Amino acid sequence: MADKFRLPETDDGTILFNVPFPKDLKELKNMKPIIIKQPYQIDYIHSYAQDSPFFAGLANGKLLSTKCPECGYTYGTPRLHCMYCGSECDWFELPSEGFVHCFTVCHFGSEEFLPETPFTLILVEWPKVDTLFLARLVNIDPADANLDWIGMKVKAQFKRNSKFKPTDVYFVPA
Amino acid sequence: MQDVYVVSGGVSKFAKARPDVTFQAMVKEAYDYALQDIGMTFKQGVELVDGTVASYFSDHFLRQLKAGSMVHDYLGMAPKHNKRIEGGGATGGLCFQAAWESVASGRFDVCLAFGWETMSRVNTWKGNEFIALASDVNFDYPVGGFYSGYYAMMVTRHMKEYGTTVDQMALVSVKNHNNAYHNPYAQKRMKIKIEDVRNSEMVAWPLTMLDICTMSDGAAVMLFVNEKGLNKLEKALGGARLKPSKVTGVGGGMDAMRMSDRPHGKVPLLSHEKASDYKNLKYPGVHSFRSGRMASKAAYEMAGITDPLNQIDFIELHDAYTSSEIQTYEDMGLCKYGEGGGFVKSGAPFMPNLDYGYKFPKQGLIPVNPSGGLIACGHPVGATGLMQGVFAHWQLQGTIAHHFGDPALQIKNAKRGVIHSHAGTGTYVTVSILEKGF
Repeated sequence: MADKFRLPETDDGTILFNVPFPKDLKELKNMKPIIIKQPYQIDYIHSYAQDSPFFAGLANGKLLSTKCPECGYTYGTPRLHCMYCGSECDWFELPSEGFVHCFTVCHFGSEEFLPETPFTLILVEWPKVDTLFLARLVNIDPADANLDWIGMKVKAQFKRNSKFKPTDVYFVPA
Repeated sequence: MQDVYVVSGGVSKFAKARPDVTFQAMVKEAYDYALQDIGMTFKQGVELVDGTVASYFSDHFLRQLKAGSMVHDYLGMAPKHNKRIEGGGATGGLCFQAAWESVASGRFDVCLAFGWETMSRVNTWKGNEFIALASDVNFDYPVGGFYSGYYAMMVTRHMKEYGTTVDQMALVSVKNHNNAYHNPYAQKRMKIKIEDVRNSEMVAWPLTMLDICTMSDGAAVMLFVNEKGLNKLEKALGGARLKPSKVTGVGGGMDAMRMSDRPHGKVPLLSHEKASDYKNLKYPGVHSFRSGRMASKAAYEMAGITDPLNQIDFIELHDAYTSSEIQTYEDMGLCKYGEGGGFVKSGAPFMPNLDYGYKFPKQGLIPVNPSGGLIACGHPVGATGLMQGVFAHWQLQGTIAHHFGDPALQIKNAKRGVIHSHAGTGTYVTVSILEKGF
């Protein structure tokens, strides 16, 4: 009875109905590699944790960051603990208008963002804020990219339907 | 602390894709080369190597965890000690220094460092996504995570601060591709001109395809020993005299992962610089790599280098981007901050003996990337820093002609070389100094 048992065959996954094979096993060293497609997909349960107020702020049309109550260091991108004195920082609202510190126009990108190319990335600076903020700059012609964009006054705008990503805020020339 | 020497190394030919070998077998190609170069057998390797250090960056490319152990056992090293080093683009440089540490401490007399990356396992744009995951996934990656974009932002600021030009960046590409023309290990061996760089496809303004290194499959290994290990090897090889390089300096540094967090403060000075050189400079901002400066400073101090331009014979520099090579000249004190563009234009980092189709007033003062660097050799991340070490070792041995089958890239009477390894926007940098040790 045992030799009659067969695992049921399925038609999912990789199927190659005929795999060429030599009679002489010595020939196997001349074999070309078998290359197959292996899909891999994951849904993470990602917590924004102590950064969450930033995303709640974006959903409410506010660009938030943090400031150290001990040493006064003011961050353009929030971090709950000051990198200079280790104290817990307080939240504050950044001004909606800032300036382009540097920029690029991406004509290629990571797979996730390829459909959005060309897109413009900027680091935003504000007077009296010690660090910068990474964002997209829109409503500007990517073909016009030039160094005079540095120093340009830009204004924060917010997506109405928040996606809970840092791109819920974006900048336009002010 | 014990003196540490490099006695041998090997590199697999870097290629866009190596579907014909698994990563283990690819590393073995480089290892076999290193063994045969000093007349050692595989069995002698098994007997004499005390432990290994594995260098590879991303688990995503292989979707295989513990890959380092798999190479270690493929090379016959089980059940000896092995550990894995990971630090983005600087993985290879960090591995070099981890191997140095294991030998300098006396824990091992003979240590094998091996590294590789198999980046062809996904398409280029998925690969860029994996690499961009080495940026803050709350604040940076989702905005348009793309390392070429990050470096492009850094260089637009460098251009604005100092007047650095795209043609100066293109010269780095001209130099490195033309050098690689004489290096059979390189992936891209091309004689190109400035206009070829500028006319190639724009990737992230102002960086074009030819301003940026490519993804590769490749492996490299290096064999490190102390005096005792050297004696053991020479005895096992029937009294042969090896031609080692001595590691005389190591330095490392890092900077905040988010570029936005980089401060605007003061320059950590090298011994030949003065505070007055940088009166109005806000440092590092996003235009310079503070980690590169810290790594250089520590390595120079250890090796007693006070005048890098005149005390170093060549540098293998992590040129993932033409722009970052220019920024790194400054970090390493080859010129002052702000003078990197002029430095390449002067011809100083070009090979003295090659014709690049341009006239330079100071050609060959201190060759940078004689091998062709990452831009032309390729950048299989975990292998890259060790590849630099192997090429530097061959330069100091004077054996480039033997290994490359072409003497063009041999630096005459090279006594001291530097290798520089760099991770994402300068989040890790290592600088290691090798000197002729025989």
